[in-house]
Amino acid sequence: MAELTYRDAVARAIAQEMERDENVVFLGEDVAKAGGVFKSTVGLYEKFGPRRVRDTPISEQAILGAAMGAAMTGLRPIAEIMFADFVAVCFDYIANEFPKLRYMTNGQLGCPLVVRTGNGGGARFGAQHSQSIENWTMMIPGLKVVAPSSPVDVIGLMAAAVRDDNPVIFHEHKSLYAVKGEVPDGEIIDTLGTAKILRPGKDATILALALMVPRALAAAETLAAEHGIDCEVIDVRSLVPLDTATILASVAKTGRLFTVEENPRLCGWGAEIASIVADEAFWDLDGPIVRITTPHIPLPAADHLEDLALPNAPRIVEKISRVMNGSKR
Amino acid sequence: MSGKHTGSRKAGLSNDDIGPETRLELYRLQVEIRDCEKRANDLFFQNLIKGTSHLSLGQEAIAAGVAMAMQPGDKSFCTYRGHAHTLARGVPMEQVLGELMLRDVGLMRGKGGSMHLTSVEHGVMGSYAIIGAHLPIACGSAWRAQYLGQKDVSVCFFGDGTTNIGAFHEALNFAAIWKLPVVFICENNLYMEYTPIGDVTAVEHPAADRASAYGLERIVVDGNDADVVYRTAQAAFVKARDGGGPSLIECMTYRHSGHSRADPAKYRPEGELEKWLERDPVKIYRERLREFGISEAEITAIDAESKRKVEAATELCKASPPAPAELLTTDVYADGGWSWRN
Repeated sequence: MAELTYRDAVARAIAQEMERDENVVFLGEDVAKAGGVFKSTVGLYEKFGPRRVRDTPISEQAILGAAMGAAMTGLRPIAEIMFADFVAVCFDYIANEFPKLRYMTNGQLGCPLVVRTGNGGGARFGAQHSQSIENWTMMIPGLKVVAPSSPVDVIGLMAAAVRDDNPVIFHEHKSLYAVKGEVPDGEIIDTLGTAKILRPGKDATILALALMVPRALAAAETLAAEHGIDCEVIDVRSLVPLDTATILASVAKTGRLFTVEENPRLCGWGAEIASIVADEAFWDLDGPIVRITTPHIPLPAADHLEDLALPNAPRIVEKISRVMNGSKR
Repeated sequence: MSGKHTGSRKAGLSNDDIGPETRLELYRLQVEIRDCEKRANDLFFQNLIKGTSHLSLGQEAIAAGVAMAMQPGDKSFCTYRGHAHTLARGVPMEQVLGELMLRDVGLMRGKGGSMHLTSVEHGVMGSYAIIGAHLPIACGSAWRAQYLGQKDVSVCFFGDGTTNIGAFHEALNFAAIWKLPVVFICENNLYMEYTPIGDVTAVEHPAADRASAYGLERIVVDGNDADVVYRTAQAAFVKARDGGGPSLIECMTYRHSGHSRADPAKYRPEGELEKWLERDPVKIYRERLREFGISEAEITAIDAESKRKVEAATELCKASPPAPAELLTTDVYADGGWSWRN
């Protein structure tokens, strides 16, 4: 057991998989010699050399296209798109190429690759380097979508993503890179499509993802201590596949559902879950499903404005305590 | 379309660097592509082919010439105008026409359609309908060959219109800096879709005039002469296999029909089509065979066999049922299904 940062967990996860399988290769901008702009891939170039860890030009389409061509002919590439916002310049691969290949070819070809990307806000980078785009990727049939919140989950879910035969979009949260957590020694392998109950509770279910997970946990402690509301906090971890069994079981127990989402409100990931729960667990609910999200705005650079935009523990506490006390809003 | 044609030969033909066997094969490929594409066109007007389709009528020499220079194991990456390149790798006509007709006998049993022909067993690694997308993908396949020390070449076909999209430029730079065994074949048929390529491009030769920007040789060839295409492709493949990196070949040609089914090509200046019909690749090649002393009997035998194949394929496709309903949700994910939740 060792304490590791989320950032170092990324490098350890990639190293674990590269050591296991010679067909795992890694490419991206500034990822090799520089160790990544977020320093999340330090040491990989030194350890595995320029044949397996490759710097690319600023060519996101070439990065994802090359990863796909290599994946469909036998390699298991991991590609980095530096900031998740840049997914927009290579979205053809995310939306049209990776996820359609197997279906269109009637199963003749597959696309086993991982796209890692620095997602999310909180770093004062402004509207084009701060977005939470997990919902952009959730809506496309054929993709799997993961967003870990802790160092140990980074390793286990990355290993599962690399070993999965589908294209997996792996959202790392930029504001979590410095966060530390306990990580067991030896190989770590987790399962895609599994949510994790991080705090059991009986009064209300809170679903959260990535940076929203520690905020939801902090809010749950305050809600228990100051409002007597015992919340169950679930780290969704995997948007596709979605662990609806864990979510529905929790709602059946608590009767209340809140989502805490960093993506902007419209068509955020919680909207789909709210719809599922409304369809399948309506009679378990004792009150409205409430989504706590970033408003439908681009993110500002100014620190005090960005802090107002992203859901945080005080806002979660305020919202949940009011709703649980019977207030309509 | 496999199996070499054999027949009597006149003396002296084997002195040519291409030789009669290969030449007859080049002719056969062009004729069969021509006849199959014409049949596709007819089937549209009988409403037996739905959706859209993009024919290579007039451009057959490129698909045939490149395919003849390829070796088993080499990989083809095609566009939505990809029937010709798929047939040229030896995919049976009924599987191509069957996919166009969206029948169960089709290459992908109707799940892909005309624009996405794929036959991995023949090295056809997909047909891509988003302009430019497959150039980086072909780079990735070439990277795999380089990484694993395999000797196959990845070949990427695209039209002149592709040269103005970003992925073209990203892929060329990427292939050049990594010295990838990939060969880019630009089929310049003078029209991007409905608009003349010259009206929307800063240079005369949309592919070749950009080559120098990526440290590549400027290559423009007569794309209606299968011999020229064959020799040019051969040289590029040798270079790629020897670790010499990528090539970009611009083949000048002309589309006899419109961009797609919906396009009657009325924008073409009067007389342009007629001028190019004189340079019809099939006509040129039939003359070529005669110049090399190949008998009319051999030529007409190929013509007749091609017609017979098209008829047989058409009947087989017409008799084939549509794709079964259970295919709707298969192969979305690698487990064979479409499940996104538990």
